[in-house]
Amino acid sequence: MADLEELYREIILDHYRSPRNRGELPSPPAHRVEGFNPLCGDEVVITLIVEDGKLADLKIAGSGCSISQSSASLMSAAVKGKAVEEVRRLISTFKGMMSIHEASLDHDGDRTAATGGADVVEGEPEQIDLEALGELAALQGVVKFPVRIKCATLSWNTLAQGLDEVAAEAS
Amino acid sequence: MTPAAPTPGSPAAPLNVEALRKDFPLLQRTVHGRPIVYLDSAASALQPAAVIGAMTDYYESTHANVHRGVYATAEEATALYERARVAAGRFIGAPDPAHEVVFTKNTTEALNLVAHSWGRANLRAGDAVLLTEMEHHANIVPWMLLSEELGGLELRYIPIDGDGRLALDDLDRLLDGVKVVGVSTMSNVLGTINPVRRIADAAHRAGAVVVADGAQLVPHVPVSVTDLGAYFLAFSGHKTMGPTGIGVLWARAELLEDMGPFLGGGGMILDVKLDSFRPAPPPARFEAGTPPIAEAVGLTAAVGYLGDIGMERIRAHELALTNHALARLGEKFGPDLQVFGPPGGEDRGGVISFAYRDVHAHDLAQVLDQFGVCVRPGHHCAKPLMRRLGVQATARASFSLFSDEHDVEVLIEGLVEAGSLFG
Repeated sequence: MADLEELYREIILDHYRSPRNRGELPSPPAHRVEGFNPLCGDEVVITLIVEDGKLADLKIAGSGCSISQSSASLMSAAVKGKAVEEVRRLISTFKGMMSIHEASLDHDGDRTAATGGADVVEGEPEQIDLEALGELAALQGVVKFPVRIKCATLSWNTLAQGLDEVAAEAS
Repeated sequence: MTPAAPTPGSPAAPLNVEALRKDFPLLQRTVHGRPIVYLDSAASALQPAAVIGAMTDYYESTHANVHRGVYATAEEATALYERARVAAGRFIGAPDPAHEVVFTKNTTEALNLVAHSWGRANLRAGDAVLLTEMEHHANIVPWMLLSEELGGLELRYIPIDGDGRLALDDLDRLLDGVKVVGVSTMSNVLGTINPVRRIADAAHRAGAVVVADGAQLVPHVPVSVTDLGAYFLAFSGHKTMGPTGIGVLWARAELLEDMGPFLGGGGMILDVKLDSFRPAPPPARFEAGTPPIAEAVGLTAAVGYLGDIGMERIRAHELALTNHALARLGEKFGPDLQVFGPPGGEDRGGVISFAYRDVHAHDLAQVLDQFGVCVRPGHHCAKPLMRRLGVQATARASFSLFSDEHDVEVLIEGLVEAGSLFG
């Protein structure tokens, strides 16, 4: 069960059982954005407020598996109060960690064929700064389970979409 | 007369599962160091060696395109392809299989064909279509697409009751003005075997045609289209222990005669001029392009394999195992495990969808995978039903003729581990 323990780290189970920043902010004034994983039916609703170039507040609602819910919870804790540009960098770094690199799968070659529709990145993996990710690095075990990657990235993609929409409204 | 012991092959003889398991090469493999426990036949069945061998033999000895060449292998390939049509039709009791069976890609394509070709010829804006709350998306979305094209159909739904059976009290009222009824013969989520005959009789009295989705029933229960009463029945090769890439649409011949083509291209025409074409008669009219020939050969082998064992015996085995599994799960987990669908019995197939405590179906399936157990998590392409049940996803275990009580015990072992991990 070594793989399972790597997937379901204690910190992931903790965020699944006790999700942070759970709920919805009144919208308006908050911006509301929904994300779906049509494959499994997971849903995430993010309400967020951007003020003075900062992601001043956000809450997350919806339902899904332990990976999607804990990823959303970990994300909310990591991005709340940060500058939008910093949040975008974190999204990019996290998605980099979640991308399947052939090189990173050398030890388990039979999985490379079964990417399950996940983001496959060609070429050499960029250096992922795991330290910058902090607790989020606990989710790296997901990469060994390709069909679950979309669970882990659902809330991040939804947040990116929300930030894009806020930026578009402001311009 | 002294009652004789059941002879092998008679409807009463139980299956020798241990011997049958040896017919399936994939069952010999291990997953994460454990023997595979395949409980996902409702998604796709495994293939016996006879099916794989028949397709290999075909490719090694016979392959050529059908309906065109005059050389020996082309003639043989055409004969094998047409023989598959008859074999598939006979498997479901079709009176005239050579004229009533259309090969498609799968059940989904067969149902799309009906909505497209029968629907366009027979429905107009404002007409009513009656479906059920437990339909697979494949028997919902094609009617929605047709609705958009025709400028609006009225979609009605037969509701389900608390046990996951169709609530038919209001059937006659629901049928009022309906032109077509789409109904699953057996739910891929609830396992409910629906009273299609009763619905078809009522539909015919109301002047409606019934399109039956047979994807789950045909592979597991003896089916006769004349007893079923529907005018269309669709099923998939790969759920019937045949290969992927081939599906079957059975339809009453006179309905096929009046339907326009589905896809356009080679094989479906009598003549083509620069400005027009004349369609071929059925079933060729609905089979544009090179058809799934090797897959048809595999399907012949698959229905032959099932027929040799006997569908009555397969059904008896799977029914007994389903009842056993429901009892074992109830005894082991009590109220912690919620099964969706009717209690065990004659109107239930070997499909068990469940929720275990509040562990998400994906997490359950992930833990079960570590035990070699293959179950399906998700909405099972039945989102309206999921909403009706008030769940986002279920985990689903489904049985086959090779499933046994040991499989149920390994499933339970995995669920116990999931319970302790997420407890």
